[in-house]
Amino acid sequence: MSVRIPLVLLACGSFNPITNQHMRLFELARDHLHQTGQFQVVGGIVSPVSDGYGKQGLVLAKHRIAMARLALQSSDWVSVDDWESQQPDWTETVVTMRYHYGRILKQYQEGTGKDSGPTTNSHHLTSSSPRLKLLCGADFLDTFKVPGLWLDDHVEEVAGRFGLVCVSRGGLEPERAVHESDTLSRHWRNIFLVSEWVRNETSATEVRRALRRGLSVKYLLPDSVIEYIHQHNLYTGDSELKNKDVLLRPFTKQTEMLVKTLDD
Amino acid sequence: MEPQDLTKVVLLACGSFNPITNMHLRMFELARDFLEDTGQYIVVRGIISAVGDGYKKKGLIEACHRVDMARLATDTSDWIKVDAWESQQPDWVETAKVMRHHYKELVTAEQNNDDVDTAKKRRIEETKHAFEEPSSYHTRRDDGPQLKLLCGADVLESFGVPNLWKHEDIAEIVGRYGLVCITRNGCDAHKFIHQSEVLWKHRKNIHVVREWVTNEISATHVRRALRRGQTVRYLLPDPVVSYIREHGLYSAESEQKNADVILAPLQRHTGPSSS
Repeated sequence: MSVRIPLVLLACGSFNPITNQHMRLFELARDHLHQTGQFQVVGGIVSPVSDGYGKQGLVLAKHRIAMARLALQSSDWVSVDDWESQQPDWTETVVTMRYHYGRILKQYQEGTGKDSGPTTNSHHLTSSSPRLKLLCGADFLDTFKVPGLWLDDHVEEVAGRFGLVCVSRGGLEPERAVHESDTLSRHWRNIFLVSEWVRNETSATEVRRALRRGLSVKYLLPDSVIEYIHQHNLYTGDSELKNKDVLLRPFTKQTEMLVKTLDD
Repeated sequence: MEPQDLTKVVLLACGSFNPITNMHLRMFELARDFLEDTGQYIVVRGIISAVGDGYKKKGLIEACHRVDMARLATDTSDWIKVDAWESQQPDWVETAKVMRHHYKELVTAEQNNDDVDTAKKRRIEETKHAFEEPSSYHTRRDDGPQLKLLCGADVLESFGVPNLWKHEDIAEIVGRYGLVCITRNGCDAHKFIHQSEVLWKHRKNIHVVREWVTNEISATHVRRALRRGQTVRYLLPDPVVSYIREHGLYSAESEQKNADVILAPLQRHTGPSSS
C-alpha cells in the first residue's frame, strides 16, 4: 500500500453566517481526495475573514467565529481558527495560507505526539508533513479575474505552491475558470475539481435574506447557530447595510501598496 | 387579523421518506412561512406519514426504519411530528384515505378541546359525519382546522400519470382538503393546474409555493451516495446519518428490493376501478 500524502484543507471566507453547505464542502472534498488514492485528509480549518475586509453586511468577527464554532462542534476533523479574524487589517489569502502552513509544519516537526489543532488524525499513517490546500466553491475561482482583487504573485503561490480544491456550485463550471486563466491552467495538476451533484443554492446571502424577512432557516444551518443568531439579533435590515459605502479592503490595500512603491 | 380569526392548518406530507432528508424538512418550513404570510392561516402542526411497505416501490426499505429515521429527524422540531399509522397498514393505503383518517383525528381532537360552545360542537359533529361519506367531498366547513397535503411539484404532476391516482381521490384531495405544493418552477405548476379540469376547479385550494433557493436533496441521490460510500453529511440531520450507518441501510442490495414488482397503486387501478 503506497503512502498517502497528508493534507489539511483551509477554507477562507466570510462565513456570514456559516451554513450546512459550507460544512458539506469539507466532506465532499475529503471524499474526492481520498478516492484519488493519493491523499489522506488529516484536518480541516475554517478561517473567517476579519472585519477589516469591509464587505457589505459583514457582522462582527466574534459572532462569525462563535457561530462557526457552534456549527463545527459535531465535527471530529474540521475546526475554526480565529488568527485571520484577529489580524488588525484584512489579510491576503496567501498570507493566511503561509501562516497555517508554517504552524502545521512546526507541529509536525515537534513530533507526532502533540494533540492540538486539526492535524492530529492519522498522523501515524503518513510519513511527511501535511500539505495545505485551499478549499473553495466554484465562484471563488472567478474572483481571480477581478481586476485589483488579487496580486499575480499571490495567485501563483496559491495555485502553484499550495493548491486548490474547488467544489462546483450550481451551473458554474470551474473547468472554464481554470481554462480562462493562464496561471491556473499552468497549475492544473494542483487544482482538484469536485462535483457536487446535489444542486443546493442555499448560500449565506439567502440565509441572511430569509432572516431579515422573519422566514425560517431551519435545516439550512445547525440549530445551535440559528439560536445564536436569534439570541444576538444578528442579520437585520440594518446589519445588511453595514459597509454599504465602504470599498472592499483588498482594492484599497493594493492601491496603497502601489502608491507606497511609487513613493519609495 | 385577530389570532382567533386565523384558519388553523395542519400540513400532511405523505411519501416514501426513504430516507428523510433536510429537503423534506425544509418543505414544511417553507409551507408554514408561506401560509402564515398570507395573513389568513396559522399552521399548528406538520405530520410526516411514511408509506407502508405494501407500496412496493423499488429500493423501499422497511417502514420501521423509515419511521425511526423520520422521528430522529423531527426530534428538534416543536411542530412537525411523525405518524406511523399509514406505515403500519398491511396493504398500501390511498392518499385520500390517509387524509380522511388524519382529518377525522384532527376534528376529534378539536372537539375534545372545545368547551361548552354547543353550536360549534354540533357543526364539528356534522363535519365528522359528512366525512364518513366519501361522495360528499364538496362539503367543506370554513371554520375548524384544515388539513392540507404538502408535496413537491412531482406529486402534483403525478396526478397526470395514468392509473396512478383515482379521479375521485384527486377531486377529494383538492376539493375537500387542499394542496400546498413546493416548487422551483411556479410556471410549470400553474400550467399543470390550468390544463386539468379538476385542479382548475379547485385552484383556490392549491397553494403553489415558490422555492426561490434550489435545494434538491433527493433521497435517490442520498441512497446512491451511500451505496458508493460517499458522504451524506449535512444533507440529512446528523442523527439520521448515524442511524443509517449503525444499521447498515441502503446498499446495492436494498436498492434491488421490489425490482420486479409492480407499484401497488398501478396494480390496484389497472382494470375496472373500485370505489
